[in-house]
Formats: sequence, structure tokens, C-alpha cells
Amino acid sequence: MPVKCTRCCVKVAVLKRPKTSDALCKECFFWAFETEVHETITRAKLFKPGEYVAIAASGGKDSTVLAYIMKLLNERYNYGLKLVLLSVDEGITGYRDDSLETVKRNQQQYELPLKILSYEELYGWTMDAIVRQIGLKSNCTFCGVFRRQALDRGAVLLEVNKIVTGHNADDIAETVLMNILRGDIARLQRCTLITTGTEGAIPRSKPFKYTYEKEIVMYAYFKKLDYFSTECIYSPNAYRGHARAYLKDLESVRPSAILDIIHSGECMSVKDGIKLPTQGLCTRCGYISSQEVCKACVMLEGLNKGLPKLGIGKSSKVKRRVESLCKDASKEEESC
Amino acid sequence: MEITPGIESMANNAAPYVGMSTTVSFNGKSGNISSGGAELLFNNKKKFDVMLPSSDKPWTIKNLLKWIKDNLLEERPELFIQKDSVRPGILVLVNDADWELLGALEYEVQPNDRIMFISTLHGG
Repeated sequence: MPVKCTRCCVKVAVLKRPKTSDALCKECFFWAFETEVHETITRAKLFKPGEYVAIAASGGKDSTVLAYIMKLLNERYNYGLKLVLLSVDEGITGYRDDSLETVKRNQQQYELPLKILSYEELYGWTMDAIVRQIGLKSNCTFCGVFRRQALDRGAVLLEVNKIVTGHNADDIAETVLMNILRGDIARLQRCTLITTGTEGAIPRSKPFKYTYEKEIVMYAYFKKLDYFSTECIYSPNAYRGHARAYLKDLESVRPSAILDIIHSGECMSVKDGIKLPTQGLCTRCGYISSQEVCKACVMLEGLNKGLPKLGIGKSSKVKRRVESLCKDASKEEESC
Repeated sequence: MEITPGIESMANNAAPYVGMSTTVSFNGKSGNISSGGAELLFNNKKKFDVMLPSSDKPWTIKNLLKWIKDNLLEERPELFIQKDSVRPGILVLVNDADWELLGALEYEVQPNDRIMFISTLHGG
């Protein structure tokens, strides 16, 4: 027996919203989805008229829906934004090359300019080459650190005011859980912010902070958006995978769990007197970092010196190792 | 994945639950599709037109899942099925509607239904 839409009460419902349990028809779902993202954007004052905004685009479901919705809302509500798609080519054969084809189609479909930056041109290393060096352990750490910086460098090149990413509510709740499990209080405080990098770096925001993954996938499906859904061939990001499976299990029992976890993350605060790492700038590349030398530079140095494990250990150990490497290097120079 | 059942034999009125032909599809999207998702567990086949055998039990999705596991799944069933249901994070659509509106596991599959499984368990 088909269920009627609880909002318009006319059409047949196609989806049960995880947030509210409402049964909605296609049109009412589109309306609710788009309006909520618009409200998130306006309530957090994410943009100002005239700003130039880069949409981080991977070709996956989240960023494809983000690009579609940014263009739609920008036109519908006259945000007055200039939009551009920004993609990073990690150099993963059989995965990123295919997903970039999706981004290129999105560029045409949404009539947005596209800039692609590759790890190879930025760092001299593709992910394929990195995996050949380090194997399938910790490769996601390299990729994540490099991607974050690559987006920033792309944004600087394009001279944009802001970057938006497709991180959704499920992603943020997962990150909250991971940071709690690791006791990473500095990241725990940052990870629920809708905008980060307001000091110094180009601000990054997450218009889908309160949007459930289920709704993003259903939106993409009903709108017949063109996205790429293959898992990365190097994907076993095992730690996140566990957090994710746990979160999905919780969601199946109580759908509000995702928003509840984000809320918990927002409410946690650090006792007075607890020392948190302060964010400064990397002395080598000038990128934002809580260490003297940023993670990307340490990792790159490790790769170039044939010590690829360098960037993935504890930062205190790495610091000692870097210092001794620097001493060795200066000794070599002296002896020459 | 998508499953569409059609009546196997309308004449066979004696059996309480006649066999049906059904379409089962994985990450089915109309339009331009880049491959990937749950179909990887099904030998890369995105769509199956299946004939469900006559049964003395109704063809609920719960029973259908078990049948899929026994008949279609090629590898690593735990990535598709957990306990009696789909793995959390896999969305199920019956004729393009969320199965949660239709009773989820208890929904009785009708002839020519299209049942689709969309995995959300990959990067965005």
C-alpha cells in the first residue's frame, strides 16, 4: 500500500527522511533538501555577494550533488557567487582518471569552469608511485595530507575567496568518533566547525554539514546526476572503515544518532589549562601547520630520501629524525 | 542492484505464492553511468532479471535477500548482507521508492517489481 507524502498529501511518498521520519514525495523531498542546504548556508553566513568560490570536485556523489546544488542555489537565491570546480588528480590509474572524466562531464553539464591540479606537478609523486614505495599501509595518510594541501594550493592559484567541500553529516560524525577514539582533542574541536581556516588559510566550508548521506545519494539518484561510485583501488582506510560501520549500525537503530554525535562533538570543550597545539606556518612551504615543518613536507622529504615511513610516525619522533637528517645533510656539505 | 519479478505462471493458481520474474539491480542509474558499487560483489553485473521459484512462503524482501545470497552473490556476502538484512549503508528501493516506507524486510515482492540496491559505502 503506497504511503502518501506527509507534506503535500497528494503524491506517493518515495523516501523516509532519516532526520525527521517524514515520508515525502519526490518534489517535496527536493524542496526540503535544497531549502535546508540554503538555510545552512545563510544561517552560517558562508558567503558574501561577489565572492569567488571553488567547489572541491572528485566526481563522487557528494561533490557532484554539491556542484549541482551550489549552482542551483546561487541562481535561485541570487548569492552573487562566481563558481569554479577544483579537482585534484592524485595519480591513481583506474580510479582517479575515470572519476575525473565524470568531473569533466559535470563541467559541461553545469557550465562551470574546471581546474585540475595533479600530485605529480605539485609534489613530483603520483599516488601510484607512492604506493609502489610504501605499499598499502598508511597510503591513505599520504593521500589525505597531500590532497588537503593540493586543494589549498589550487585555490591560491585560482585566487578564490573560499573553498566548499562535499563533507556530509555522516562524514563529520565519523570524524568526531575517530577523534574521540584517538583522544585528538585539537582535531575534535575543529572537526565540527562548518568553516575552518579562517585565520591565514583560505576558508573552507561544508554546506552539507547537516545533510545525511542517504539523502545525498537519493537526491543524486532521483535527479539522475552523473557521478562516479567506485571505491578507491587503494582504499582500505581501515580505521575510518570501522568508525563508519559502527556509525551505520547506530543509524539503523536510531537515525538521529548522526546529528546527535555531531552535536556531542560541538558541545565538548577543553578544560582550562589544557595545552593545545597552536597552529603556525610551516617554515619550509608556508602552509598552515601545528609543527615547525608541516606533515606534507615531512612526508615528501621521506619519499625523496627513500625513508617513506618518515611522515607517518609520531610527530615527536619525526621531529628528532628530521633534525638528525638536517645535521647529516650539513655534515655532508661540510665534508665536501 | 535491481530486481523485477514477473509472474512465472499465472495458470498455477494452486500454489499460494507463485513464482515471479523480478529485476534485481545494483547501483543502477539511468543516463550516463560510471560503473562501481555493490555490483562488484555480483560479478560486475548491474542488473538481473530473475525468476523467483514458487514458494509456500511469501516472497518478502527478507526471503529475497536470502535467495540473492544463495543464487546471485559471487563473493564476500558479508559486504552485502548482515544478519537477515542488507549491510547498513546499502539503500534499498522498490519501484523507485524507499523500502523503509513499505515495511522494509517484511515487504512482499510483487510481480514485475524493480528492486534496487544502492551502496553508499564508498568515497564521495
